[in-house]
Amino acid sequence: MSEVAEAPVLMPAKRRGAQLAMLAFAVVIVMGAYANVGLALDGAIPSGMLTYGLGLGGFMLAAYLVLAKFAPWADPLILPLVTVVNGLGLVMIYRLEAAGARGASATNQLIMTGAGVVLFAITLIVLRDHRTLQRLTYTAGFAGLFLLISPLIPGLGKSVNGATIWIGFGPAIIQPAELAKIALVIFFAGYLVAKRDVLALAGRRLLFIDLPRARDLGPVLITWAVSLGVLVLQKDLGSSLLLFGTFIVMLYIATQRTSWVLIGILLFVGGAFLAGQIFDHVHARIEVWLDPGNPEFFDRELGGSAQLMQGLFAMGAGGILGTGLGQGHPYLIPLSFSDFIFPATGEELGLTGLMALLMVYALIVQRGLRTALAARDPYSKLLAGGLSFILAWQVFIIVGGVTNLIPLTGLVTPFMSQGGSALLANWILIALLVRMSDSARRPPPQAIQNEGMTQVFQR
Amino acid sequence: MNGTLKRAAVACLAMFALLMINVNYVQAVRADHYSEDSRNQRNYYARYAVERGRITAGGKVILAQSVEKKDGDFRFLREYPDGKLYAHITGFFSPESASNIERSENALLDGSSSDLLLRRSIDLFTGEPTRGANVDVTINPKAQRAAYDALRESGKRGAVVALDPKTGAILAMVSLPTYDPTELSGTDKGKVFPLYDKLAKDKGQPLLNRNIDRTYPPGSTFKVVTAAAYLEDDSSRGPQTVVDAPQVLQLPNTTASLPNYGGAACGSGQVPLVYALEKSCNTPFGKIGMELGYDKMQEQAKKFGMGEQIGIPMSVAQSSFGQKEDQAALAQASIGQRSNQMTPLQMAMIAAGIANDGKVMKPYLVNKITDSKGDSVEDAKPEELTEAVSSETAGKLREMMVSVVNNGTANLAQIPGVDVAGKTGTAETSNGQPPHAWFISFAPANDPKVAVAIIVESGAANVGAEATGGHTAAPIGKAVMEAVLNK
Repeated sequence: MSEVAEAPVLMPAKRRGAQLAMLAFAVVIVMGAYANVGLALDGAIPSGMLTYGLGLGGFMLAAYLVLAKFAPWADPLILPLVTVVNGLGLVMIYRLEAAGARGASATNQLIMTGAGVVLFAITLIVLRDHRTLQRLTYTAGFAGLFLLISPLIPGLGKSVNGATIWIGFGPAIIQPAELAKIALVIFFAGYLVAKRDVLALAGRRLLFIDLPRARDLGPVLITWAVSLGVLVLQKDLGSSLLLFGTFIVMLYIATQRTSWVLIGILLFVGGAFLAGQIFDHVHARIEVWLDPGNPEFFDRELGGSAQLMQGLFAMGAGGILGTGLGQGHPYLIPLSFSDFIFPATGEELGLTGLMALLMVYALIVQRGLRTALAARDPYSKLLAGGLSFILAWQVFIIVGGVTNLIPLTGLVTPFMSQGGSALLANWILIALLVRMSDSARRPPPQAIQNEGMTQVFQR
Repeated sequence: MNGTLKRAAVACLAMFALLMINVNYVQAVRADHYSEDSRNQRNYYARYAVERGRITAGGKVILAQSVEKKDGDFRFLREYPDGKLYAHITGFFSPESASNIERSENALLDGSSSDLLLRRSIDLFTGEPTRGANVDVTINPKAQRAAYDALRESGKRGAVVALDPKTGAILAMVSLPTYDPTELSGTDKGKVFPLYDKLAKDKGQPLLNRNIDRTYPPGSTFKVVTAAAYLEDDSSRGPQTVVDAPQVLQLPNTTASLPNYGGAACGSGQVPLVYALEKSCNTPFGKIGMELGYDKMQEQAKKFGMGEQIGIPMSVAQSSFGQKEDQAALAQASIGQRSNQMTPLQMAMIAAGIANDGKVMKPYLVNKITDSKGDSVEDAKPEELTEAVSSETAGKLREMMVSVVNNGTANLAQIPGVDVAGKTGTAETSNGQPPHAWFISFAPANDPKVAVAIIVESGAANVGAEATGGHTAAPIGKAVMEAVLNK
């Protein structure tokens, strides 16, 4: 594409010192939050603060060192921002566990954070050039699809809280959709880069939009069918919305065709409407969204609004400044440490804290999108754009859901919610963004003047 | 591809903007709506998050206090060291409701009252947690104890109230059966609510403060009011004025008649007023009531404070002389029967009004309120409620009531060395239960320090003597007055 050459390549500094300082600052914020919780709950600095603080600090230092060695030109902001969010999630889980929330385990989450950092490092070390992923397009596609439907395989899938989105090996259960989403974004990027010319250009004009050819609708329809399948068979509204929305946006980015977006929205709204008519669980979510305070819904055992209302009560109790860490009652919300960690944080850190948190998420997404803009080839652009968007879209779906902006669909809040699969997947996602920002910001190789036209490329 | 990427970036920003706007809406605009929702348990925890003020008596004795618990969702729990004794004064503080002082003075006790704004502002700057104001009640712990013990000894349900006639301060207020407010002030709804339901359904109605929450026919104690109306009607009348006292009073327009207690004769049939009161004859007072007419009787009843809305601060049930009916009804109402219904507090106010030269003081329970640092927020100011009778009439009534104690039905209330004025009563109840025993009194007669009213429900059972009210209720009155007078 011609735009690629349009933007002159800036010569960014490495800013490794700034990154280290920011990282230290992020760890200090998290340590302060730990101290805060301990002082509020027991009137003393918690004994585990050093373990947790140094643990987190150690992991992040390791991540930094790997990054400095293997991706020295990477965006300096991404890692510190992720550290703050991940750390605050740890603090909230620690606080909820201390209050006796069933199932909350800060130790587990810290271990999974460590594992996430290890995967981050492995991804950076092994994947020296993300474009090798382009060769794995269809492999990624099949892997993603398999992961997505794996919970439906008898003997492997586990149904928790009405949604069949887990697979279990003995005591360990993982949520494959979280890993599937990365594999599928890799697939979408590779597929769309290969096919985008035909998807973008063929077709005819009807009224004021360019309609694609019917046979080019194939991939869209397949993705749509898979998304609806996830919705219907696994009762997982969140993943369904997440995947289809991401696909449509990537399609749009690749083809610049608004008609794809319109077709996608029509298909999804139509599908969701039908699903709402046919399937109780979808219908219930929409009912609850429209009138969460209704006592009938509040008292309903399955698909009721009690959890949502508890979240809203928590946020209301937090008000503008919050109750202070350790001083509210966020543990009253069912699953306060996973899906509802955002309202739980809202109670104790208040509107102020949530605005800051949303700002941090927005910054991570914008750093990712900057990487996409600065990338030098279409595949990198599409992959970075897709990964950034899926992160933003996931935050929007879950945060919008728990704050009743949109119907509630279960998804984890990236980096905050307790849950290993999501944490690991998101650390890999960040590693990919870091890898791409490294190659985007790396200065182009200089021509060696003495040797005429010969250029040396850095691998 | 950069153009579409930029548009995607704008879309992402728009999504975050929507989230931020919505979070603002939830946490800033809708916050109050959510905090008021009854399903929000935080209200329930918030009840226990503040250190409520103490309720004390006489500035020293602690009736209720908040004790800090180190663990759990509930920071401060309410304790009532002598719960059963003071239950009808302090009330309880349960997960969703409260009663009596705990309810009436809630805003001060939990520190949310606007009167405490200054204190809260100071606390905000000094970083101290908000604490509620302390409420000191007018109760005299010794008198309260004496009343409680004496009434319990009777083994019956009943009520005792003692006033300072000169101020209206409530010195003792006991209602039996009682309950333990500590149990009702627990945080476990699963325990508290069934217990409350059980108490509410209990036939003995322990939750009721019989002094103010319900009325009884006052029986012969009301003859004091009839006598007051009679004396007020003509200032030349006095204790020695001779009144008609037939053995049976024929009631007009009906076959019914009004006998004396037990059908006994009342002297020679022509007796001095004081004798009629001493012996508590029915016929002279029935006749007086009919002669004076409904309007004058009703007028006198109102002058003693009946029909006034009174809050002590708990609101007091309305006492009433009864609707205007026929002469027969009037005669019966004039001796405290028929539709004549009085709260024990109202009867104590009648005794106190006579004691205080005819002036009825407004009864009150809160002596003073001080903030957590001991600075005064509110001090009780005694208020005159009504002027019931002239000073002369009050003097004549006092003389007669002293005579009732010295020579009449209330001899069990005599206190050595102190002139006691009193009047007994035996109130028939409609449902065939044994009659209630009443006693109203004040002492010392020449410089009254305490006025009391006592009712012992069905307390006149199995007592054949004429002076049944005197037999069970008068000794209780004596015990309370002795406690106040330090005898």
